[in-house]
Amino acid sequence: MGGRDLFGYVGIEAVLDQMRRKTMKAGFEFNIMVVGQSGLGKSTLVNTLFKSKVSRKSCTPSYEEKISRTVHLKSVSHIIEEKGVKMRLTVIDTPGFGDQINNENCWDPIVKYINEQYEKYLTEELHITRKRRIPDTRVHCCVYFLPATGHRLRPIDVEFMKRLGKIVSIVPVIAKADTLTMDERLDFKQRIRQDLQASGIRVYPQKEYDEDVEDRIRNDKIRENIPFAVVGTDKEHQVNGNKVLGRKTKWGIIEVENVAHCEFANLRDLLVRSHLQDLKDVTHYIHYETYRVRRLNESNASVSGLSALPLENGITEKYEAQSQL
Amino acid sequence: KTLANSTLIGVFQQRNLEGYVGFANLPNQVYRKSVKRGFEFTLMVVGESGLGKSTLINSLFLTDLYSKEYPGPSQRIKKTVQVEQSKVLVKEGGVQLTLTIVDTPGFGDAVDNSNCWQPVINYIDSKCEDFLNAESRVNRRQMPDNRVHCCLYFIAPSGHGLKPLDIEFMKRLHDKVNIIPLIAKADTMTPEECQHFKKQIMKEIQEHKIKIYEFPDTEEDEDNKLIRKIKERMPLAVVGSNVVVEVNGRKVRGRQYPWGVAEVENGEHCDFTVLRNMLIRTHMQDLKDVTNNVHYENYRSRKLAAVTCNGVDGTKNKGQLTKSPLAQMEEERREHVMKMKKMESEMEQVFEMKVKEKKQKLKDSEAELERRHEQMKRNLEAQYKELEEKRRQFEEEKVNWEAQQRLLEQQKLDVSKTMEKNKKKGKIF
Repeated sequence: MGGRDLFGYVGIEAVLDQMRRKTMKAGFEFNIMVVGQSGLGKSTLVNTLFKSKVSRKSCTPSYEEKISRTVHLKSVSHIIEEKGVKMRLTVIDTPGFGDQINNENCWDPIVKYINEQYEKYLTEELHITRKRRIPDTRVHCCVYFLPATGHRLRPIDVEFMKRLGKIVSIVPVIAKADTLTMDERLDFKQRIRQDLQASGIRVYPQKEYDEDVEDRIRNDKIRENIPFAVVGTDKEHQVNGNKVLGRKTKWGIIEVENVAHCEFANLRDLLVRSHLQDLKDVTHYIHYETYRVRRLNESNASVSGLSALPLENGITEKYEAQSQL
Repeated sequence: KTLANSTLIGVFQQRNLEGYVGFANLPNQVYRKSVKRGFEFTLMVVGESGLGKSTLINSLFLTDLYSKEYPGPSQRIKKTVQVEQSKVLVKEGGVQLTLTIVDTPGFGDAVDNSNCWQPVINYIDSKCEDFLNAESRVNRRQMPDNRVHCCLYFIAPSGHGLKPLDIEFMKRLHDKVNIIPLIAKADTMTPEECQHFKKQIMKEIQEHKIKIYEFPDTEEDEDNKLIRKIKERMPLAVVGSNVVVEVNGRKVRGRQYPWGVAEVENGEHCDFTVLRNMLIRTHMQDLKDVTNNVHYENYRSRKLAAVTCNGVDGTKNKGQLTKSPLAQMEEERREHVMKMKKMESEMEQVFEMKVKEKKQKLKDSEAELERRHEQMKRNLEAQYKELEEKRRQFEEEKVNWEAQQRLLEQQKLDVSKTMEKNKKKGKIF
């Protein structure tokens, strides 16, 4: 189909305006999951990201800082508004992850939760009379917090990211990065990237889903920089006459939004300013589709409709076995 | 006898000397001897990888114990927890110190860390055992002291509290070794966060009844003030570095960040100097003494009492181990009685067995006799029969012979009769 030149103004570009108005009215949904050991600053970072007290720590009156014995997921939802754009933000917290002495299978509840959300969406989709807007509780992004050891990925990090990289977009970050000097930070990041590649872990933004050259260039820049070394805070201090978000220590003030100090701004840009819609798209068109295909094939192999199969990791093998039949 | 005892316990009279005797020189003699002998100190560092243990050790002793040739524990992680030691000889001002650093690569780094403290416990116990054996030998010239004098436990700066692994480790080791908990990478916390964290940790340590190393109170008030200050800062939050950076024209050891320099030896930035002074300058000897008098004695009494003790269970109080003499006697008596009973039953068994044997033997010989008796009887009967047979034969012969004899006699008679006849007829001359 060849491109044709218009010899007058038609008004096609007004579609963009119409879209804008519609989406502004409808609002956005964004579900972000934070995973990491206790004490890595997850709640603080989420609060800093969205410049409001959205984490569970800040809103649950009965929040306990004690380490829980099992991993259970807790989610908190807020509606935040900026310049007329409404966003329904859900933060899913995973207390107890990686905190026990024996952390075998601590990722199972998380995998189960993510699959449950896909299942919910799928069930809604398959209804005969569907709702106009299916409530989207699927996890769009999973931020994984790595402790700033300065050495390499730990076994638990590798295990978690291997399993979850297949079902959700993982964004690894180096937590409490104000403990690393610049050199240590670069070394650490390089080693992590090596470890990720060696273990075959795919983190967001995945190379395979770059749609065109422009995307690829943009994402390559990001890929060279991950994992982002972040510092979070909700306190403000005076620096050179300006109020900045920062952490005040005896030897200086760490400015959170200063790219020379830490990469919080990069993370925020990625998650909120530039790639939010992309994260949702990847979740919907790729992760969700993978899940959907798997589930529908399973239900085909088992005579009628959707069976209430328990969702476990073993399902992939089952699917592969059945596809060979 | 009692009178003599009471005078001994009585007050020693203090006498004033009327001249200079010279025993004020004793401390110098002790000092010179110790310096000649040299000192030994074993320090253990435990903690997850990446907490700055190697850097801190290098900073403490101002030498590169861990370097590219001998990397720190975080670079040497294998599949299981290892306990490795490295010895180094440092000299300062004519004083020799043989420093042994024991590290534990792999501690707390796996997904499943159950029992990762076991290799550490085994190591400490084995060193105590070595010393116990060396002490009990006949020739005690050389008694190298490889016992672990101090264990620095590194806590990750989460800002919340202790992790289950921290609590478990300290509970199990607090009565085997002097534990000094440290907050690692303290430059990650603001002063307020640090205070809060320290309070939280001390609260949890008390909750779980963990006995960390306590600084002994001295008699002098000044020193006590210092010690109290140190106690308030526990657990010590440390930062390590051997890199020299320039701050305001001064050259200091520290970590250079874009927002400033965290100085290692600045008391306001972290507690490194406190740790160094305490560990090396003031309390090294006390650490060794506590190890010798408390932890080692615990181990020794546990071992020698030969009571089945759960060596792994570190929550046994020292008071429970020293039994009262009566209880000990009672136990021994019970043991003795049991032994006697056992011996008695054994002897009974042996006796029964012997009785059975003898009975069996008698039965056997009885049977044997019977058999022989039978045999002899049969023999006799056989002989008897034989004799009977012979006699019969003999009788037969006799009868035959008699018959023959009669016949002969008859013949003879007949012959004599005919002869008479012939004589009568005159024919025979």
